[in-house]
Amino acid sequence: MSAQTLTSIRPASPAIRWSRRAAGAVAFAALIELISRTGLADPEFLPPATEIAGRAVTLLADPAFRAHALTSLLAWAIGLAIAALVAVPLGLLLGSVPLVDAATRSVVEFLRPIPSVALIPLVALVIGTGLQHRVALVVYAALWPILYNTMYGLRGVDPVAKESLRSYGFGPLAVLMRVSLPSSAPFIMTGVRLAAGVALILTVSTEIVAGRGEGIGVFIFFAGIAVPARMADILAGVFWVGLFGVAVNALMVAFDRRVFRWHHVQRGEEG
Amino acid sequence: MLEIDNLSHVYGGGTPNAHHAIEGLNLSVAEGELLCIVGPSGCGKSTLLRSIAGLITPTGGQVKVEGNVVKQTPDNLAVVFQDYSRSLFPWMSVADNVALPLRRRNMDKKQREDAAREALESVGLEGAARKYPFQLSGGMQQRVAIARALAYRPSLMLMDEPFGSVDAQTREDLEDLVLKVRGHHQMTIVLITHDIDESVYVGDRVVVLSKAPAHVVGDLKVDLPGPRDQITTREHPDFVHLRAEVGRLVRGHATV
Repeated sequence: MSAQTLTSIRPASPAIRWSRRAAGAVAFAALIELISRTGLADPEFLPPATEIAGRAVTLLADPAFRAHALTSLLAWAIGLAIAALVAVPLGLLLGSVPLVDAATRSVVEFLRPIPSVALIPLVALVIGTGLQHRVALVVYAALWPILYNTMYGLRGVDPVAKESLRSYGFGPLAVLMRVSLPSSAPFIMTGVRLAAGVALILTVSTEIVAGRGEGIGVFIFFAGIAVPARMADILAGVFWVGLFGVAVNALMVAFDRRVFRWHHVQRGEEG
Repeated sequence: MLEIDNLSHVYGGGTPNAHHAIEGLNLSVAEGELLCIVGPSGCGKSTLLRSIAGLITPTGGQVKVEGNVVKQTPDNLAVVFQDYSRSLFPWMSVADNVALPLRRRNMDKKQREDAAREALESVGLEGAARKYPFQLSGGMQQRVAIARALAYRPSLMLMDEPFGSVDAQTREDLEDLVLKVRGHHQMTIVLITHDIDESVYVGDRVVVLSKAPAHVVGDLKVDLPGPRDQITTREHPDFVHLRAEVGRLVRGHATV
């Protein structure tokens, strides 16, 4: 096999991968710019990308916007942390005690398909529209991916690994904490990563529906009801939310690759 | 040391698919003995080992280790499984894998680390302590599993086809390793294998099991001159004679 074919099948280096992604983003921005400038879309509804980008930068310098962003970040982080703290132990319990799993299955199966966004007004009526409102909904929505991934991970724990520890006289709880939990950790990590995205959606949606107080969603809401609507503000706000989501995901993927290398090697994802 | 009295085990008892793995098995192993158990594939060897280790409760008869009836895993016992890649914990370094069972002993962190280092040295892996299992070859991983068992200082070590998943050269090295460590540690070893040559080469005594439901069909003392050697022992007339005898016993009951 020639050196050239070898190069072409080798996975791209990080620098190349990032430059490809950046090229895609630039092309997308250029498309928006073009559509807006040529009048294909009314610039009042779709401002040129350069204007959105400029607004995004000036917003960062605006203390009011920064306060909105910080409030959203707080709700997202608290909600995600509580969801993980509830879902992982719950998943361990449901995944290792079949009786509890069977007894709660019907309730879980009923709750799970309810779109969390549909609960926003209801929860607002019960607990008001402050931080607790956003946190409650984030927790509810972020719970499911973590819970299901924890249970899925537990199902895949190798019986030989469990038997190995048992053969040294360790009891069921020790086997759960020392074998089943670490063995499921990569799956739990995936659950948390998915939940982080869901939590972001719920944070902003709840803020938009609540329409009061602070938060990026509140900022977007007021930009939207202004006459005329401040489209550049809305899109700049959306840009920052999106960028945050991408950054969190990338960080978590990097963490996963590093900490759970043994898992990816075992599954033949790398040599 | 180990007394097995009229042991029976049935999987799925009472159902049409009930499988009688062991029936009426009697066996006794003396202190310090290295016993090899051979039998045809699927004859219930692993069920026997799991009963001794207290990992399953046999449906009939009893197992006694050092005079105590086995109800749960005995304190003074260690098991080396065939599947090293599954029995070692991939998220832990080699040293941590070896040290983990020592949490069952009354040892502080320092003592556990020292014992792990010593056990790794005795299997020739002192350089691999910081590595992770997936960074080692199969033979080295099985050495780690053996070191884990040795560090625990069991009086009874059970080995379930421990060399079934490694290449021939590594297999011979590991056989010699077992012979070496049993000289250094005071312990009784029960080694299960389907390899007739291996049983005669490693064992002081070879017990042959019938096909399922397993019971003892042969019990031979292995009396070979001098220390075992992969070349000279295997060409010795007594070795050739013994392996033929074990082979006949295994085959005779495998083909019925």
